Amino acid sequence: MDGGFKSRWDELIQPGRVHGSLYYDQDIFKEEVEKIWFTTWVYIGHESEVPEVNDFVTKSIGPMPVLMVRDMNGEIQLLMNRCPHRGNAVCVQDKGNRARFTCPYHSWTFANTGELVNYAFPEGYKGVDKSELGLGKVTRVASYRGFVFGSMAAEGPSLEDHLAGAKRTIDQLCDNSPTGEIEISAGFLKHRTRANWKFILENECDGYHPAFVHSSIFSVSDSAIGDLYGDKAVAVTRGLGNGHTEVDPRPEFRRRDVPLSWFGTTEAKLPDYVRQMNEAYGPERARQIMIDGSPHVMIFPNLFIAEIQIFVIQPVAANESIQHSTAIQFKGAPDINRRLRQQTMGSVGPAGFLLADDTEMYERNQRGLEIRQPEYLYLKRGEHRERLDEDGYPIGHSTDDLPSREIWKHYRKMMEAK
Amino acid sequence: MSEMDEIDGPDILREWVGAPRVYEKSFNPELYHEVQQFIFREARLQDIHDYDAWEALWTEDALYWVPANGTDTDPERQMSLIYDNRSRIGLRVRQLKTGRRHSQTPPSQLARVISNFEFLKSGNDDIKVMCNAQIFETNLRGDTMWASRNEYTLRRVDGALRMAYKKVVLINNNKAIYTLSFLV
Repeated sequence: MDGGFKSRWDELIQPGRVHGSLYYDQDIFKEEVEKIWFTTWVYIGHESEVPEVNDFVTKSIGPMPVLMVRDMNGEIQLLMNRCPHRGNAVCVQDKGNRARFTCPYHSWTFANTGELVNYAFPEGYKGVDKSELGLGKVTRVASYRGFVFGSMAAEGPSLEDHLAGAKRTIDQLCDNSPTGEIEISAGFLKHRTRANWKFILENECDGYHPAFVHSSIFSVSDSAIGDLYGDKAVAVTRGLGNGHTEVDPRPEFRRRDVPLSWFGTTEAKLPDYVRQMNEAYGPERARQIMIDGSPHVMIFPNLFIAEIQIFVIQPVAANESIQHSTAIQFKGAPDINRRLRQQTMGSVGPAGFLLADDTEMYERNQRGLEIRQPEYLYLKRGEHRERLDEDGYPIGHSTDDLPSREIWKHYRKMMEAK
Repeated sequence: MSEMDEIDGPDILREWVGAPRVYEKSFNPELYHEVQQFIFREARLQDIHDYDAWEALWTEDALYWVPANGTDTDPERQMSLIYDNRSRIGLRVRQLKTGRRHSQTPPSQLARVISNFEFLKSGNDDIKVMCNAQIFETNLRGDTMWASRNEYTLRRVDGALRMAYKKVVLINNNKAIYTLSFLV
């Protein structure tokens, strides 16, 4: 620190460049856990993952596990899997259905609303107020169109304020379902990665890399993804506020003017889905939805909606992360759902045609930072052509570093707070 | 004669072990030898990245399945690490052969040990066999150990054995695992 005139964040995060230590320093990681993961709204899971009363599933906020429960009253609860007695786990299953959780150590039993129901040999607890000994809970819980978020901060912006421009992208996704609802029901692939979570975060809307990292699969399949990220592409990147970023290929899809081109298919191949969409939205609106397609948006800090799949980014340590990925399912649309699963399984996870190679890049980046010169990473691509769209959001070419710059701007704000 | 080996225990154990299987009790030494040699060869082709020779082992109706999150998940409803039909097996091989499959450039250095062969009762001419595999992998990231229970359906095509079905149940498939882009 030099006399307090400059914070260390001025040194670490500068216009168009960031310091390598932001990706490998364990102390910075610990600070991120407090100032980002235990402060902001973090995506937990989708309501459809606990469809029945008493369903539960293990999720996380940063490195910390959280139980997402549909309690006995049908409400979503985010409970801490830690017995208030001695810290034991009250549940060691990843998912299941139960009304109560009993700690195996001394048999304290909790309702799935979090309340302590009873403990063994209660004579030993004369005068104790059970209501103070319930399971811990994530401080604030809110959901938007079925997407459940949690915040460990008692105060702060509402979820909708936090989502800012990203709200539109969730709406855009749900519009692609004839019922207006999506489901997360296929289970997750869990991909361990020896790299910092921010390399993953920044890559999700990096339209510069696909032509190179994914050229192997583009060259042997008839995938049209490559066209979206060429030098001549008309797709844009956009900052949506609060560190949320997207690649918006709608200009390209509107130019093509072919429904379902975004999904690499045609109306003829999904007749049931097309009929359902026309019935639900009317032919004109349905056609527009099927031309525009599903969004490609990175909701800070951990929910990546990649058109047909979601990724949940979990930080484990400065140099270790987990990507949880699964197919999105459109409620009540079985013919498109099978294709959504098949394409997702081909693309993502440890053996995926795309993600194995993205992940290889993250790990090489991470190891590269052990080389300490140059000290900074360079993020200036497209600075000269950054502009504001009609809604006032910054946009750039689909291959520009704009998403990284937007992420770091918000990151810095969060890390400087307090 | 065959017998069903059923596991007696809590549901969580059954779920992990998978559905009861009917093991073949009779022993045909010639067939045992032939099948073992076939699977050893498959292992070697995978270890040395002889992609074309490996692809040629498959039948036209092939299914290559590496489930996630359990043993007997429904691959038509749940995510799998790999769920390839014959055409997608071909795509996987073609990608590896581009030399730009970065997670295999340089390729993983591999040695796998296959053991514990047991034949399953088969209702037709297909040969059903189970075995265990342990794979040592070293690549740019470092060293990784993999372990799996494998299940094959083999079929005689023009006199030679071919794979119609290969299922690889990684022992840690419910955990977060590193990139798995070599042929498992």
